[in-house]
Formats: sequence, structure tokens, C-alpha cells
Amino acid sequence: MTTTKHTVSVLVNNQPGVLQRVSGLFGRRGFNIESITVGESEELGLSRMVIVTTGDDNTLEQISKQLYKLIDVIKVVDLSANPMVARELALIKVNAEPIMRPEILGIVETFRAAVVDIGPASIIVQVVGDSDKIDAMVELLRPYGIRELSRTGATAMIRGSVR
Amino acid sequence: MNVQTEPKRSKEELIEKLTQPDLITGSEILLRSLLLEGVDCVFGYPGGAVLYIYDAMHGFDDFNHLLTRHEQGAIHAADGYARSTGKVGVCIATSGPGATNLVTGIATAYMDSVPLVVITGNVATNFIGTDAFQEADITGITMPITKHSYLVRDVNDLPRIIHEAFHIANSGRKGPVLIDIPKDVSAHKTIFKPVTDVSIRGYNPTVQPNKLQVDKLIKAIEEAERPVIIAGGGVVYSDASKELIEFVNKTRIPVATTLLGLSGFPSAHELWLGMPGMHGTYTANTAIQNADLLISIGSRFDDRVTMNLNGFAPKVKVIAHIDVDPAEIGKNVKTDIPCVGDVKAVLAYANTKARPAKNEAWIAELQDNKVKFPLKYGDTETELKPQFVVEMISETTNGEAIITTDVGQHQMWAAQFYRFKNPRSLVTSGGLGTMGFGFPSAIGAQMGNPDKLVVSINGDGGVQMCAQELAICAINNIPVKVVIINNQVLGMVRQWQEIIYENRYSHIDLAGSPDFVKLAEAYGVKGLRATTKEEARRAWQEALDTPGPVVIDFVVPKGENVFPMVKAGDTISDMLMGDSE
Ligand SMILES: Cc1ncc(C[n+]2csc(CCOP(=O)(O)OP(=O)(O)O)c2C)c(N)n1
Repeated sequence: MTTTKHTVSVLVNNQPGVLQRVSGLFGRRGFNIESITVGESEELGLSRMVIVTTGDDNTLEQISKQLYKLIDVIKVVDLSANPMVARELALIKVNAEPIMRPEILGIVETFRAAVVDIGPASIIVQVVGDSDKIDAMVELLRPYGIRELSRTGATAMIRGSVR
Repeated sequence: MNVQTEPKRSKEELIEKLTQPDLITGSEILLRSLLLEGVDCVFGYPGGAVLYIYDAMHGFDDFNHLLTRHEQGAIHAADGYARSTGKVGVCIATSGPGATNLVTGIATAYMDSVPLVVITGNVATNFIGTDAFQEADITGITMPITKHSYLVRDVNDLPRIIHEAFHIANSGRKGPVLIDIPKDVSAHKTIFKPVTDVSIRGYNPTVQPNKLQVDKLIKAIEEAERPVIIAGGGVVYSDASKELIEFVNKTRIPVATTLLGLSGFPSAHELWLGMPGMHGTYTANTAIQNADLLISIGSRFDDRVTMNLNGFAPKVKVIAHIDVDPAEIGKNVKTDIPCVGDVKAVLAYANTKARPAKNEAWIAELQDNKVKFPLKYGDTETELKPQFVVEMISETTNGEAIITTDVGQHQMWAAQFYRFKNPRSLVTSGGLGTMGFGFPSAIGAQMGNPDKLVVSINGDGGVQMCAQELAICAINNIPVKVVIINNQVLGMVRQWQEIIYENRYSHIDLAGSPDFVKLAEAYGVKGLRATTKEEARRAWQEALDTPGPVVIDFVVPKGENVFPMVKAGDTISDMLMGDSE
């Protein structure tokens, strides 16, 4: 069976330890976590986790079933089974001596990214997009010297009125 | 206190008293809530963090509290109580070392889906996270081995949490639930408001099956020529034994019972094939290997049953799986007909439709195998063989006793040679295989079944892991019959070293074990010894005639092995038949 990337959204009770329960389950059962993001959901007391994972169909089915066994898990949806929007944010601190800046700003512009801080010899670029876009941005900035990189991992939703 | 303690009050009086909206401490809320859940016996061990709780128990006699000599004894006792009664087992331990001493018992219960409510104390809320004296993050430590857990931060949450914990522990796929109560929470006072309903969003175990799936199963049975049922612990836990027997009588499908399923189907039934797997019968394993339809009922295709999955049931055309836990379906084995639901409910519905399979030739073949390849051992008049001891216990108790076992060869012999009649009459650690479980679990089973004979079958190794609990048998006159199959070695390890590690016997010699008769006597318990068959019969009869607890040391030769045996990595077709080959 083929292994593919999946984006799973997990609605959970906002209880202490719930992140540990979910991430512990992935670790213990040998499921892969590429990224995990957590934040409040539309409903008070519930949080939404978005987990990017890889696996074949069986693994994905087990991930969902095992997650449902956790008492604090309310709903699990495989977003990637539907048309979805996935976004990630990255902050990239890149070397930028004044003479290099126009070149870098050119890249920032093309990617519709933003410069959010300028220092004497570096700038911080903020980029939002799907993971591929951020990968591409990082690759383009790498030659200038990346000092620090921080990515949020993907958050995602199904488009329009599906479900 | 005695096992036969009668309740001090009528149920109505008690409930009237318990549900008053009084201003009481968290500790008193705990005790009242436990009583409202119907708890009649808890096992525990005090310490600083639970002193308010123990203080509330001073002079309290609405339920029994048994002071074990080790927290491990307490949790295995609670486990034996739960498995043998179907009620939730309860134990209490203090924070830190008390709580961590429970870990093996929690994992044991988790692996075998046993409903427990485990109450631990913790340091006061304002000390949590400071590495305070006797602090341990027990909810964190036990997260992978509990069905759910709570760290109580507000005394007002206690009634709800306790009620939820009992509900979660004993519904759906059962399991242990931990409630960690900080010391200040157990001391704080509030107005007690009992909670009687429960609604946990996202927790709604499926009880009733999808009828279309069960109809598919019925159809598959009609088309099958060589159907086989593997029945597991789920049959016992959902009290579905009667429904299973009816299902088998209607469909005439032969049944293999796993270790945990053994008591769920009577050994005397003509369509019983024995236990499958590593030490399963020739008939059960061969039936599975030749089956065209396999129906797992409350059994999870554990690797001790399937052995090497690559060669498991090679001729099967259809696999049906009945389980209350959807995550078990397809976990190890690809399933064609999934039936999610409570085993009792699924079988009850299936029984309204079930008709006989067309498999008389198949049944005849299996019956023939049962005759040709029975379980046997080299019995002699001169030697006392462990299998003989189990057979003797089986015959004299007429299958009516509750048997608890420890882990090792004796466990497999008990599984092979005891003839089970009634559900919940075998209490054994299957999933985790926990040595030290056998004896304390018998104490719990006896507390839950004061009128039944409880026999605990142990090895001379494992019995030493919780032997200290003889004290509570003596003090409370708990009449457990503690059988020790004394082969002077870690027998099961020896067997592996003989068969797989070429007779390299590394660290299995139990020389230095105590004189078990004297050990019993030191605790004030009667001790008996037998080294011949004649002595064995006499000692066992004396044990049965003794009203209180007895330890019987059956000294058997070392070197006897459990057969059939499938070596790890082999398929269940590759049975070593040993003496019976
Ligand atoms: C707590 C624990 N430690 C180790 C083991 C591994 N183990 C399984 S069987 C066995 C030997 C048991 O010996 P004994 O209690 O004498 O029983 P016998 O096999 O001789 O009947 C051991 C060490 C275990 N199952 N549990």
C-alpha cells in the first residue's frame, strides 16, 4: 500500500494533558508526526489540533480509531480526503548586509512574503503559505545565510461547504 | 472484619444518608461517592498524601478496606475482584512511591481490559511540579496504560469525576481509570451534590451492532464449509457466555477459546476445540489453519494466538471480527466483516437469524483430531507431575472453583488441564503476563465471591513476588487455597532455554527459596507439602477440608515442558508436540 501525506484535524476537550495524550499515542504506536499545531477552536473549551502525518490507508484508519479511543477526543477528520486549505507560517532570519537587501527584497516580494524586522546585518522574513511554498522560500534564501528558522507547522480546513 | 461481613444498613437507609447535601471534605465525598457506585470492598495502603482519606475511613464500616502489604498486592487484588465479579475494582494508594508501585498492576488491567478505578493521592496543588517530597506525575506516568485519567484540581469536581470514572472504566472496552487527588483537595470542604447522570461528549461506545454487517456474517456462515470461532475475553467481560453457547448450538461452528476466553465457553461442549496459539491444542490450531471462515468474537488476534501472521489461517476466505473496540478491527488482521458492538448485543441479534452451517464433515474431522491428538503428558505412579496436580484440582472441584493463576508453565497447564464450566472462573494475566499476579488476584476474587472456592495456582518463582499478602489472608481469614507448583526453577524460562537456547540454563535456579510450609506458618496460615501423588491427593483434600487459607507446596520434578509449543516466529502449524509426538 502506498504511503502518503495526510492532514488530520482533531477536535479535543481542552483538558490539561490532552496534547500529551495525543502526541504520546502517536509516539507509542509508531505513527509519524510531521507537524502538530494546536489552538483554540470555534467552541469554548474545545481545541483543534492539526496533525500532518504520513502513512498508508491502514495506518491512517488506525490513527483515527486510536485517537477516538481517547476520551478527550471529540472528532477526527482526515482533511486531505477533501479539497482543503493548509497554511503554515515561517519566520526566517537571514543575513542581509545592506548591499544584498534589494536582491532579498525581490524574493520576498515575489513570494508575497513580508519583512517584519530589519537589523544592521540581517532581516526577518515572514512567509505564509502551504508547506511547499515555504520550502521553496527557504531554499531561495539559503544562499544568503539563514541564521534562524522557525516554522509553525500546518493548520488546515476543508474548503467551502464540504461536510 | 471477616469476608462475610453483612452490610450495616439497608440500601435505602444508606442512600438516604449518603445523598444529603452536607458540607463535607473531599475525602468524605470520595467515600460517599464510592458507596453510591456500589463499592463494597477496596484494597489500599495509606501514606501522607491520602491521610485525609484514611482519616475519613477511621471507624467507617460501610465497605471493607483491606490493608495489603504492598500496593502491587492491592491493585492485583482489585483486578481479581473485578475479573471475577464483573464489577469495578477499586484500590487506593498514596502519592509518589505508593502510586508508582501500582504501575505494573495498572498495565496488567489495561492490557486485559479490566475495569478498575485507581485512586492515588498527590502532593497539595501548590506543590505540584516542584519535585516536592513524594511527588510523582502519576497521570503522566500512566497515560499509556490507562483508559483515562483525572488530576482533580477542585473539590467540587470530585462527585462528577468519580461517577465518570466508574462509567468509563466499565463501559465500552473496559479498562483502568486513574483519579489522582491532591492532598488539599481531599481536605477541602464543599456541599456534597451527588452526580447520577453522565454525559461525556465524544464518548459513546457502540453497543448495538450494524445489522447489515451481522446479516453478512450470517450469510458467510451459510456459505462456509470450515468455519471456526475464536472466542476471547470479550465474551467473558460482556457476560455473553450464554449467547455464545446459543450461537454455537444454532450454527454448529466449532470454538477455540483464547486464554482469557477459556471460562467463557464450557470445556465439556462437544464443539470446543481447546485453546489456540503458542500452547494451544493441536485441534484448535489445525482448525484455524484449515478454516475458510474465521469469526473472532471479543478477541483481538494477539500474537500469542496468531503467532507468525504471515502463515496465520492461510486458507481463510472470510474473516469476521466482533469487538466493542473499533480500533481492534483491522489492527493486526485484515477483516472482511467488521461487527462493532457489545459482544452480548451482537450475538443476541445474530441468534435471531443463525442457522446451522453445512459443516458436518468438518466437525467430524475436528472431533477425530480431538481423539487422536489430545493434550497429554507422561504420567507415572512414581512421580508427581504438575499436569496431574491441575487435573486433580479440576476433578475435585468439578470445575466449580474460581481459578487464578500466576504466569509461567503452571499457567499454561492450568489453561490446558482445568475443565472450565462457568464464566469468570479463570483469572489470569494474559496480555501483560504479570508474575506476582496470581496470589493477590485470588484475594480479590475471594472478597468478591465469598461463597465460592478460590484456588490460586502459582509457580515457585512468581508466588515469591507477592507472598507478603499471606498476612491479609491470615488476618481476615480469607480462605484462598494457594497452590504452588514447585519445580525449583523459573520453569517457563527454563523451557525456552532448553528448546530455543540449546540447554544454556542461565539464571533460572530458584535455590534459596523459602520452605513454603514454614513461610505460610510464619504468617499464621496452614502450610502443607506433597511430593508424591498419594501425598498430593491427601494434602489437597486436607486443604479443601480446611475452612481458612492454606498454602500447598506441590514439589514436582524440574524439566517438565508445556506442549504443544509453537516457537516465537513460527506459524501455528509448526507445533512441537513433545512427549505426545
Ligand atoms: C514480572 C515478570 N517478570 C518476568 C517475567 C518473565 N517470565 C515469564 S514466565 C517466568 C518463569 C516463571 O517461573 P515460575 O513462577 O517458577 O513458574 P513456572 O514457569 O515454573 O510454572 C518468567 C521469569 C514475567 N512474566 N513477569
